[in-house]
Amino acid sequence: MTAAPMSSLAVAVRSENLCRHYHMGETLIRAVDGVSLEVRAGEFVALLGSSGSGKSSMLNLIAGLDRPTSGTVVVQNRDLAKLSREDLAKYRLHVVGMVFQSFNLIPSMTLAENVELPLRFAEVDRSQRENLVREALDRVGLRARKDHRPSELSGGEQQRAALARALINRPQLLLADEPTGNLDSHTGIEIMDLVREFNRQLGMTVVMVTHERALAERYAERMIFLADGKLTHEQPNPPAGAQPGRQGHA
Amino acid sequence: MKLPDLTELALRNLRESVLRNSLTTIGISVGVASLVAMLSLGIGLQQMASRRLVKSGLFDTIIVTSRRELRGMSREEERTGPNPAESRVLDEPARQEIERLPNVLEAYPDIRFRTELRYEDKPHLTTISALPSSAQSNDAFEGMQGSFFSSETAAEVILQKSFAEELLGKTQPLGAPEPSVAELAQPLLGKELLMRYAQRAAAPQQPAPPKTNETASADNSLAAAAYSVVSREQKLKIVGLSDLDVESMRGPMRAKVFLPLKLAESLHVMQPTDVSEISRAASDQTVYSSISVRVKNPAQVQSVEDAIKKLGFNTFSIVDASRGLRQFFGVLYAFLGIFGSLALIVASIGIVNTLVMAILERRREIGIMKAIGASDRDVKSLFFAEAGAMGILGGIAGVILGWAIGQVINFGTNIYLKRQSLPPEHFWAVPWWLVVFGILFAVGVSLVSGRYPAGRAAKLDPVQALRYE
Repeated sequence: MTAAPMSSLAVAVRSENLCRHYHMGETLIRAVDGVSLEVRAGEFVALLGSSGSGKSSMLNLIAGLDRPTSGTVVVQNRDLAKLSREDLAKYRLHVVGMVFQSFNLIPSMTLAENVELPLRFAEVDRSQRENLVREALDRVGLRARKDHRPSELSGGEQQRAALARALINRPQLLLADEPTGNLDSHTGIEIMDLVREFNRQLGMTVVMVTHERALAERYAERMIFLADGKLTHEQPNPPAGAQPGRQGHA
Repeated sequence: MKLPDLTELALRNLRESVLRNSLTTIGISVGVASLVAMLSLGIGLQQMASRRLVKSGLFDTIIVTSRRELRGMSREEERTGPNPAESRVLDEPARQEIERLPNVLEAYPDIRFRTELRYEDKPHLTTISALPSSAQSNDAFEGMQGSFFSSETAAEVILQKSFAEELLGKTQPLGAPEPSVAELAQPLLGKELLMRYAQRAAAPQQPAPPKTNETASADNSLAAAAYSVVSREQKLKIVGLSDLDVESMRGPMRAKVFLPLKLAESLHVMQPTDVSEISRAASDQTVYSSISVRVKNPAQVQSVEDAIKKLGFNTFSIVDASRGLRQFFGVLYAFLGIFGSLALIVASIGIVNTLVMAILERRREIGIMKAIGASDRDVKSLFFAEAGAMGILGGIAGVILGWAIGQVINFGTNIYLKRQSLPPEHFWAVPWWLVVFGILFAVGVSLVSGRYPAGRAAKLDPVQALRYE
């Protein structure tokens, strides 16, 4: 595999010959078709490809939202295919944080309640929750908006709230599915800066799915290209100093 | 997820689509209300029936007859019992002996005779019987017009409604509405009747001297060994008019005119048994055709009956009838319960529908929750909690509604009863266990109804759910 100079040598995600096939009527769809890859702990990786390339399916398999048809996917030493539904839910709760293109906040809840939700599932004590929620909202700069409902906020604010929610249970892995897809470019950059901040300051491994090559080049340490469910090639991004994004705003 | 969180989220979700969920909850409450209403009607009716029956004297009364009496109720016993010729005479000492038996409240002679009553110079032939003062509590006198006898010896009379109609010459054509007791009572109360009767006189040689209020009309003495029969007249004041048939259990022998017991005894009216017992009775002793025995508690009827039989008399009571009555109410409960729960079944379909709709509507939300770490069990419990919350709320509202319906119906019926000049009745009872049962039943039905939708929500594929927009 390619070198990942900024990260440690531990492997966060490893897939071997990973396949996800399903039937749509008569035709067999090979959404993910024999993908083998590794992501090191603390690495920032972008999965690139056109729509239908299988990058989102790949992300769902890593997230434990979907199960492989064949092959293995191991995350933080857990073979996801072998986990029970119950254990898979725990894995999603504690190991993975997810953000989506459409934010996926629950519309009937305030921001604070949305961010608090994973803590309820994790059965964290009520007394601790308030502090954790405040801390997370502070980190994304939304403290003042905590009692607003998602519909009262801009897209960028919603995505920041989603990031706060993804981070609330202190996961090791952040999975982002087109996180800037519904945002204008300026707001997109704000969000991406936050993601990179999580990556650098909290040591979270980031796997981001995107079809915007420019965005991937600016933030990712490594780009993995997919087409028709297969891994076509990988491309390391030049190290820190050479990248303007690493200094902050370009 | 912990229970407080579960409850909080469930209530929040119920509030989100408040119209649909309140309609469903109203559905449950109507179901519970109908169940509670039906069952409390059944319970109330049973309580009323047993109250009525205890009051009617049917269940705590034993009728005692001599074994010689050919009209004895139980023919079998006559065959198995001692020879009729050796059986005991039902006279005053026998009455006192029976009254001393344990658990006996009172034993009084049934004085009953057919005679002529004159009202406005028109003769009417009827059966007259005597009532002890304890009969005042009998529910037949509850809706009575006028009053009960002023004393046990007063020359007063109470008439049964049908006899009053006869006196007034008001025979109703079939199907015509019956006149109310109040209507009949108005022209009759306070009026006098003249009773002609045959007196059993102790001394045959000399006719009894006329007393203050008696007039010996004819010295119709009968040549007999021990006594003579004298024709006499007695003026009686009409004090009361009863609606219900006091003696319904006596069949064709029942009386329609009632005298106070002590007065009737003092008249020494010729009894049918006097002739049959003539050879055995002491000349100065009255022989009773039958004695009514009132027992302290309907449960003791059987034991008292056995004791009286041991004394050598025939007995009759309606203990067995109460067993049939209990069975009847058991069946009634079951039926009312089934009809009541039909509405609850409809309501449970409403719950299933509401929750299935909620799954469709909240597909995405379920997907989000799963993506951020909710387990199948979390999602399932959440839907269960929503169903349970609707059940509890619906159950509580339903019990209150059922109780209110009962109160309204009770109130309305009592207005109707009042118009019919009948006493008000409490035929609606909601015991505490029915309240608890109603609420638990609602929660149970809701949880069972929530099973399928909750299971479906739990099994929802998060990838599919999130793709759905």
